[in-house]
Amino acid sequence: MKIPIVRLLAAAALFAPLAAFGQKNGCVDCHSQLEDELKAPVAAFVADVHREYGLSCEDCHGGNPATDDIGLAKDKSYKGAPARGRIPVFCGGCHADAAAMRTFNPALRTDQLSQYETSRHGLLLKAGDTKVAVCTDCHAVHGILSAKMPKSTIFPWNVPQTCGRCHSDRELMAGYRIPADQVEEYMGSVHAKGLFEKKDLSAPVCNDCHGNHGAYPPSVTSVAAVCRQCHPSAGELFGQSPHKKAFDELGMGECETCHGNHRIEPPSTSMIGTDAGAVCVQCHDPGSRGFETAAEIRRTLEGFSAAYDEVEGLLALARRKGVEVSDAEFGLLDVHTRLVSAENLTHGLDAGAISKAVAEGEEALGSVRTAARGAVDEASFRRRGLAVTTAILALFGAALALKVRRMGRLRRGAGSPGTPGPTVP
Amino acid sequence: MKRRSALDIFFGGSLVATIAAFLYPVVRFVLPPKRTSASVDSIVAAQAGELAPNSAKVFKFGAAPAILVNTPEGNLVALTAVCTHLTCNVRFDAETGTLFCPCHNGRFDLGGNVLSGPPPRPLEAFAVTVSGTDIIVSRRG
Amino acid sequence: MAKSLARDVWRFLDTRFLISDLAGFARKKMVPEHKRSFWYFFGGICLFLTGIQVATGGLLLLYYTPHVDAAHESIQFIMGGVKFGWLIRSVHSWTANILIGMMFVHMFSTFFLKAYRKPRELTWVTGFLLLVLFMAFGFSGYLLPWNELSYFATRVGTDIAGSLPLIGPWLKTVILGGPEVSQATLTRFFWFHVALLPAVALSLVAVHVLLVQTLGMSKPIGERGKREIPFFPDFIYKDALGWTVILVLVGVLCVFLPWEVGAKADPLASTPLGIKPEWYFTFMFSTLKIVPAHIVSIEGEKLAILGFLAGGLLWMLVPFLDRRARREEKSPLWTWIGLAFAAYIVVMTVLTYTVPNL
Repeated sequence: MKIPIVRLLAAAALFAPLAAFGQKNGCVDCHSQLEDELKAPVAAFVADVHREYGLSCEDCHGGNPATDDIGLAKDKSYKGAPARGRIPVFCGGCHADAAAMRTFNPALRTDQLSQYETSRHGLLLKAGDTKVAVCTDCHAVHGILSAKMPKSTIFPWNVPQTCGRCHSDRELMAGYRIPADQVEEYMGSVHAKGLFEKKDLSAPVCNDCHGNHGAYPPSVTSVAAVCRQCHPSAGELFGQSPHKKAFDELGMGECETCHGNHRIEPPSTSMIGTDAGAVCVQCHDPGSRGFETAAEIRRTLEGFSAAYDEVEGLLALARRKGVEVSDAEFGLLDVHTRLVSAENLTHGLDAGAISKAVAEGEEALGSVRTAARGAVDEASFRRRGLAVTTAILALFGAALALKVRRMGRLRRGAGSPGTPGPTVP
Repeated sequence: MKRRSALDIFFGGSLVATIAAFLYPVVRFVLPPKRTSASVDSIVAAQAGELAPNSAKVFKFGAAPAILVNTPEGNLVALTAVCTHLTCNVRFDAETGTLFCPCHNGRFDLGGNVLSGPPPRPLEAFAVTVSGTDIIVSRRG
Repeated sequence: MAKSLARDVWRFLDTRFLISDLAGFARKKMVPEHKRSFWYFFGGICLFLTGIQVATGGLLLLYYTPHVDAAHESIQFIMGGVKFGWLIRSVHSWTANILIGMMFVHMFSTFFLKAYRKPRELTWVTGFLLLVLFMAFGFSGYLLPWNELSYFATRVGTDIAGSLPLIGPWLKTVILGGPEVSQATLTRFFWFHVALLPAVALSLVAVHVLLVQTLGMSKPIGERGKREIPFFPDFIYKDALGWTVILVLVGVLCVFLPWEVGAKADPLASTPLGIKPEWYFTFMFSTLKIVPAHIVSIEGEKLAILGFLAGGLLWMLVPFLDRRARREEKSPLWTWIGLAFAAYIVVMTVLTYTVPNL
């Protein structure tokens, strides 16, 4: 099966330049005059990545493009559209053949089919379920774009929508007893915000944690390994903390238990502590060591965070009032880094280390606070100065007005207008 | 001679006050401030011998933090310390001789090039010159 | 005691400078008072504000550095590191705008009062030239902080100069000191702003003020009232009252709306959306934006620029064109032309700020 295709493709590759110069393609000619589903492939293929490599209809579907006669076109080599269950193998005919792919794009991987076969989708397909995702469900068909193109169905910010076509379908997912809210949950996460609002393409989407072709729900332990790719310090601290052993024994996901999996929110100090919103009390009972540590860490961090907010507020106030504070704001940047680092230390659960980091941070904050207070004072000084100067000018203006009135009266009293009256200073 | 009236005194007094109100800021302006000039595109970042080999120092350059690294071979390099991903401050990782951003694990080499992680662009590098005991960092180009 | 000292000083100066004659002349100078004499104050206001600009500008010279690596930083330093630097700089920036506004008022008030008629034609001509010079002051000064807005405003403005027919490209290169906005431009604009323009402007101001003093104030056509007040000190005191009010206004503006430092200019960045020149150029700027691309096969923009030049020339020569005013007759035609000019300027300026994406 493979060898004829290779020969076919090699032949096509030779003729590819001719195709670009308008060698007759009967498939395109006929199908572009049809309607709806039969016309769509022609329109979509114009942008397809395969077309850039000189491939056309017959390279995947077989047949003879040199003729207009439908009977002659559908010759022995004609394969037609593959059945849904056959699509992975159909695409894999080229994409899993390293020798074939080398002639087109040597850098492209060729293990997608073998990965797919290990995936949940692949395994279910093998068992006869054709409702699962196959190549064309994610990559589209006829208008396939490279993953680097922003309009591609597999460009990072389109991935949630692509996966969501099935995974947000409640009825479809009910059959597999999987929830259908993952995409919705993800869209509320800090990662989605980074991707869609800040246009940060390095933010993770579905395939970054679940895999592309070998997509499978990650096991409890592997999620944390994935998170560690971008959040290594949190992972390292956690690994050294008492939680590691406890979580492993209890079979709890390391990052997931506290941060969730899809709707990962920006962390805040309210996650730690002993009140209702904190995660610690889900396991630690009042009076226990964990409970006390949680409370202490929360107190320490909140104190620092509040102090930071206070100084930030002072600087914003001074800036609003027109005082130049860029030097102080620079100093505040450093304190912010310290605050984030201290908050990160919570993964290590060492209250002493956190207190130390916070103490250093508060010291750095001290000089910024002095500058901020100075700036606010400067704003008040300016307003007071304005009041004083305005008062002086008002008095001077009044003196001028009175002078003018008196001179006018004197002149009118001295005689006809036009004669300079007595010399008045 | 004319009588000096109350109005004249009022007028003269307010005139003097007005002139004083204007002279005061002008005089304060002209007298040199403590920091004698703007911190510009060239700054003394450190003194010779201040940094041991394979260590670094963060300093303020213009309005943003910058980092001066003394490499294990004893060369001095200076780059912006603002990570090009989400503007956290990078730090020097002596073990690997790279610049490392603790926020999302971005890593740069000492030329500023991105080695791994999410940062999309390299770090801007500055020129370092040594004049006497002063290590001066300035913008390139 | 103080009086005899004052008298001695006066006698000393008078013998050497012959001031008495001048003082005598000054004492005799009179200013008419009538329904419209309120408008006389605007000339003095312009002079006063010019004085403020010279003073604050001279003070800023103490700390400003005209180099691309230091200009923006020096402004930041003035705003944050120098005592009252924020005040001196904000006064300079605010007063620049207020001054140009007052000059427009002064110009239109003298126009509608037909003060330009014989023998005051040259007062009008020098005055118009002064307006053009002060707009050049504004344009050159605007670049000096070297922030994002100033860099791009300069680029857009000089592009317009460069589109003049024949001399455009050459003129643009001369203004910029090179092919594009660069260090050469900054140095050149600094020279314009603190050397060339002040020299020319001060000479013209001297001529203008001398003419006003020599010829006295013009009365509206048909004004028969004979009431007058002495220039020294009555009119001066009234002038000073106006100046005091303006000073309070400037003070309030500077404390509550200090002039911003802005982001440092980055030539490689893309032009900010909605970049506009300062408000006093916007009527021309918006005209260029709405003029059609071609009018009878001539480029619309070039035609518009030629229109401005022709309009300006016409405006400057009004004293010689308005025959009726010359004969001390009412001249409604020119009044209407003036109203049209004023309306055009006001409407185009307002449009710039009220219509998005003009």
